[in-house]
Amino acid sequence: MLELKGLSVSYGSFTAIESIDVLVQKGEIVVLLGSNGAGKSTTFKAISGLEKPRKGEILFEGKSIDSRSPGRIVESGIVQCAEGRKLFPKMSVSENLIMGAYVHRKNKKAIKQSIKHVYELFPILYEKKENAAGSLSGGQQQMLAIGRALMAKPKLMLLDEPSIGLAPLIVEQMFEVIQQINEEGTTILLAEQNANAALGIASKGYVFESGSIVVQGTSEELLSDDSVRKAYIGA
Amino acid sequence: MAALLNRRTVISGFILLALVFPFLTKNSYVLHILTLAFIWMIAVYGLNLLAGYTGYLSLAHAGFFAIGAYSLGILTVKVGMNYWLAFLSSLIITCILGLLIGLIALRTKEHFFAIYTLCVGYIIYLVIDKWDGLTGGVRGLIGIPVPAGFGPLSFEKPLSQYYLILFFLLLTVLMVYRIVHSLSGRTFIAIRNSEELAKTLGIATMKNKLMVFVLSTLFAGLAGVLYASFIRFIGPDIGYITITFDLLMYLLVGGIGTLAGPIVGTLLIVWVSQSLQFLQDYRMLIFGPLLTLLIIFYPRGIIGAFYEWKIKRQEKKRMRALIKNHKDAEFPTANSVPDKKVKEG
Ligand SMILES: Nc1ncnc2c1ncn2[C@@H]1O[C@H](COP(=O)(O)OP(=O)(O)OP(=O)(O)O)[C@@H](O)[C@H]1O
Ligand SMILES: [Mg+2]
Repeated sequence: MLELKGLSVSYGSFTAIESIDVLVQKGEIVVLLGSNGAGKSTTFKAISGLEKPRKGEILFEGKSIDSRSPGRIVESGIVQCAEGRKLFPKMSVSENLIMGAYVHRKNKKAIKQSIKHVYELFPILYEKKENAAGSLSGGQQQMLAIGRALMAKPKLMLLDEPSIGLAPLIVEQMFEVIQQINEEGTTILLAEQNANAALGIASKGYVFESGSIVVQGTSEELLSDDSVRKAYIGA
Repeated sequence: MAALLNRRTVISGFILLALVFPFLTKNSYVLHILTLAFIWMIAVYGLNLLAGYTGYLSLAHAGFFAIGAYSLGILTVKVGMNYWLAFLSSLIITCILGLLIGLIALRTKEHFFAIYTLCVGYIIYLVIDKWDGLTGGVRGLIGIPVPAGFGPLSFEKPLSQYYLILFFLLLTVLMVYRIVHSLSGRTFIAIRNSEELAKTLGIATMKNKLMVFVLSTLFAGLAGVLYASFIRFIGPDIGYITITFDLLMYLLVGGIGTLAGPIVGTLLIVWVSQSLQFLQDYRMLIFGPLLTLLIIFYPRGIIGAFYEWKIKRQEKKRMRALIKNHKDAEFPTANSVPDKKVKEG
């Protein structure tokens, strides 16, 4: 479904990722692991069209998308839920969700249905639907960010570190919801520090280190790989 | 519901007051100043859409005001065009120039956008000042006609001009209200919040920014056109940067990014500066520090401060009621306190 071929991205003269290859099949959950500054978010930005690749190709459903505008990419079915729970803090929860369905703005009925679906996934958002997004707790904000990404009805969802800063119990719930979203038919590319939890739901993973992929394999392979265990699981 | 009714009565009250005001005062000077204030308000609404709701502070606003005014002046005085045709053409000219300038200016952001548009504004002023053949240079244009009448309606008298300009002001407010409360409005606010986030939601930010920019020049142009046929004489100074700063001051005092801000700020500053006229330019010695204090303590101006006060009061009331009802029951938990929400607009 998504294929990165020899992708390189630079910020000015600094190369953030250097010729990486990633393959995501339809229906999968794929995880990108890597410490801070390894290049995960940069990869996401390139896929979303926010940063233009210096070299290489991004194929989505067989077509090259690297010259499309961010808006067109969302329309073709890739939605990013960026790191750091970026919301519109002064808009209410429901307004934030409606903004997420921007590309479907002509279809009011579909928007209503998507909102209902998001509220089913995250009942707490329904309770707080009139509240300003900025007044939610960190975990609730993360739920809202994911819910808003869902509103665009993505075929592929890019989730950038959804578990960061959340209590262990909430992390578990969050991964359950991610799995549920996946089972409902959305392919997921996940960036995570929390290797254990992420590999628990993913089918395969890639490990980034200063801009390149150093290890890749199925979740089982990665979980039993010594270097991965040492760096990300602490065992 | 009560709040809505309340708001509706306040708005109708103000409109009614504006309608009967000319009968309450026999002073034609006051009427003149108020009419002028209405014109400034229209321009400030344009600035508010761009700077307040979208987050792009344009300092070329007086330039577009002048483009509107001069287009009307030239088309009526020099070309001899039918008044309302010239009126419409002037608005179109302003928008086209706005579109062209916006295409370039919007490639910059934040301070750079402000500086860039400051330069554009100055260039517009210079062109008007130096292009003698077209604009009359420093001598300006005189004898601009009053708006042509429709059938029995004529706009010769100051009183009828007052109502005409009030009509355009109400039209402006209505348009801005509809825009701000539509998805477009929320899109603009999204861009102000974070352009990158807006992009990840699929918003074509450039297209939207360009649309607001042109809209804002439309209102500046409309104000300019009305000014030209109200004062009937225009000189290059109407495009000078001080006018932009006046408009900006009205907006900041009233409340940037609020719907009522432009009206409140303009009325207040125009009224205060009329009363302090004996101080001449030393007025600025008072305005400067006051404005600085206002921005520090109330970044969203008088209207913003009012909303904050209202929210606080409601919160207090609610807490008091809660405590009364739950005297012996459990204390309200953090969960049951609806978080306050500052309304956009
Ligand atoms: N806008 C930018 N300009 C310049 N350099 C950048 C920019 N964004 C990221 N970088 C650099 O690119 C590298 C990769 O950053 P990136 O954000 O992709 O890392 P990451 O893997 O997402 O890290 P984290 O886990 O901390 O989010 C870093 O060295 C960072 O300093
Ligand atoms: Mg990152």
